[in-house]
Amino acid sequence: MFTLTPLEIEALRLSLLVSFWAVAASLPFGVGCAWVLARLDFPGKAVVDGIIHLPLVLPPVVVGYGLLVVLGRRGVVGAWLHDWFGITLAFTWKGAAVASAVIAFPLMVRAIRLALEGVDRGLEQAARTLGCGPVRTFWSVTLPLMLPGVLTGVILGFARSLSEFGATITFVSNIPGETRTLPIALYALTQVPGGDEAAFRLCVISVVVAFAALLASEFLARRVQARLKG
Amino acid sequence: MLELDVRRRQGDFNLDVRLSAGPGVTALYGRSGSGKTSVINMVAGLARPDEGVIRVDGRMLFDSRAGIDLAPEARRLGYVFQEHRLFPHLSVRGNLEFGERLLPGSERTQSFDKVVQLLGIEHLLDRRPARLSGGEKQRVAIGRALLASPRILLMDEPLAALDPARKAELLPFIAQLARQFGVPILYVSHSMDEVLRLADTLALMDGGAVAASGPLESLMGDPGLRPLTGRYEAGAVIAAVVAGHDAGFGISRLAFDGGTLIVGRSELAVGAKVRVRIHARDVAIAIEAPERVSIRNVLPASVVSVAAADAFLVDVVLACGATRLWVQITALAQAQLNLMPGMRVHALIKALTIARGDVASVD
Repeated sequence: MFTLTPLEIEALRLSLLVSFWAVAASLPFGVGCAWVLARLDFPGKAVVDGIIHLPLVLPPVVVGYGLLVVLGRRGVVGAWLHDWFGITLAFTWKGAAVASAVIAFPLMVRAIRLALEGVDRGLEQAARTLGCGPVRTFWSVTLPLMLPGVLTGVILGFARSLSEFGATITFVSNIPGETRTLPIALYALTQVPGGDEAAFRLCVISVVVAFAALLASEFLARRVQARLKG
Repeated sequence: MLELDVRRRQGDFNLDVRLSAGPGVTALYGRSGSGKTSVINMVAGLARPDEGVIRVDGRMLFDSRAGIDLAPEARRLGYVFQEHRLFPHLSVRGNLEFGERLLPGSERTQSFDKVVQLLGIEHLLDRRPARLSGGEKQRVAIGRALLASPRILLMDEPLAALDPARKAELLPFIAQLARQFGVPILYVSHSMDEVLRLADTLALMDGGAVAASGPLESLMGDPGLRPLTGRYEAGAVIAAVVAGHDAGFGISRLAFDGGTLIVGRSELAVGAKVRVRIHARDVAIAIEAPERVSIRNVLPASVVSVAAADAFLVDVVLACGATRLWVQITALAQAQLNLMPGMRVHALIKALTIARGDVASVD
């Protein structure tokens, strides 16, 4: 019988917590950015597009270091957050969520944007002629139609968050019970002699969690597609 | 009542359209590229005129001078698109109720049950659009637009994407709409068959402008408008009533202002109002009434106008009672008969030249 050790439970719990919040908090921004990129044309759009996609091509360590500089206790934004709201991101699980969110953001935006571009604008026009305002049209027509893509974006973001290592360890370090997620715990184990078996167990857990996420997304996407096809 | 006076530049193309559409069906007819869809989109608020006014029932929808430009959702117009544009994530019922739900009960002028029943879509209510046939989809789209209680129903070639069988299935529904639901319809089409079947008023579009508009019969019988109504279609359209059938000989009699017309057997009930298309090439002119002739329709008439259509063809307009008949004869025939306005003549029309497709019910 495969029972989890307290260390494994803690790492798994942290990983899920961090990934959940990374995706949940960035999803509205992801939809917003996707909408801006898909629907608006403005000078400097290529630059905005580039900035959003930057974490995809940068070494995660660079992103983590950047976050430390900006959001750390003495960073420009970090100091402000701490002094005014009492929020500390550096070396906390919330910081880990932020790091994961930044790294996963481009993947999420890409998937959602693709789905949005696939929505027939004629349907939105039809909704408008039926007396539906633009905001309501987005909620009742556009969003339901792009739901499969949003779902894909969420799962991609979640999976990427689960596997986040470089930015996280740079920004929030390796603190047991606070920022030691599965990949970080695994890395720590590989650095000590005799940690092989424990490391292997964490590997298996990671694979199982990632695989479950993929299966769940496939299942949900099929259900949504089936709904559209009637 | 729709009143429209707008200008819009689209690339190299200039639209300059003045149009008014009253009760019944107003058809906007023209070749593709003549600007018909742009006009309907401007009315709906999906395209913006550069300048001008659009008014419906006295309510200003667009006025460039006063800076009025109502959003599409504030215009209260129904729009039936060429492609059905049903919402795939909603059931037929969900689609039908989409616009209705956004209206307060006091502003709803159409009843759900009546619309559903008249369009014959009761049995489809729980289905998704993906599982409907093309004709069913378009019927649902019409119902959806109607249930938004529009002041005008805009239809942009709603039959163009359907095969001939589906077209024939849907035409009677559309023909009934304006009368049954009291909604004026602006109907865009490039099919003369549909226009003849549906329209009360005709507006001919050409090169981004309305070249002529008026009652369908008077426009269709005007040889001067032939370049716009189409060469193949040359002919008059006359209003008549089915007066009787003769099953023994397989003929029907149609009464019109100017006499009685004998045509091939029609399936329509006695008393039905019909519209008959008489092709200009199928009518002959005789100075004196011929005796012992096979032609069943010999109608006394007087010549209204004579004009050369081209080098070898002459357009003659005859008045037969209050009805205008358009006749095409060869230049040779004209040289021998020397027809002149005011002359008393006889119009000869073979019963067999008026096919079943030329007689359309307008009830």
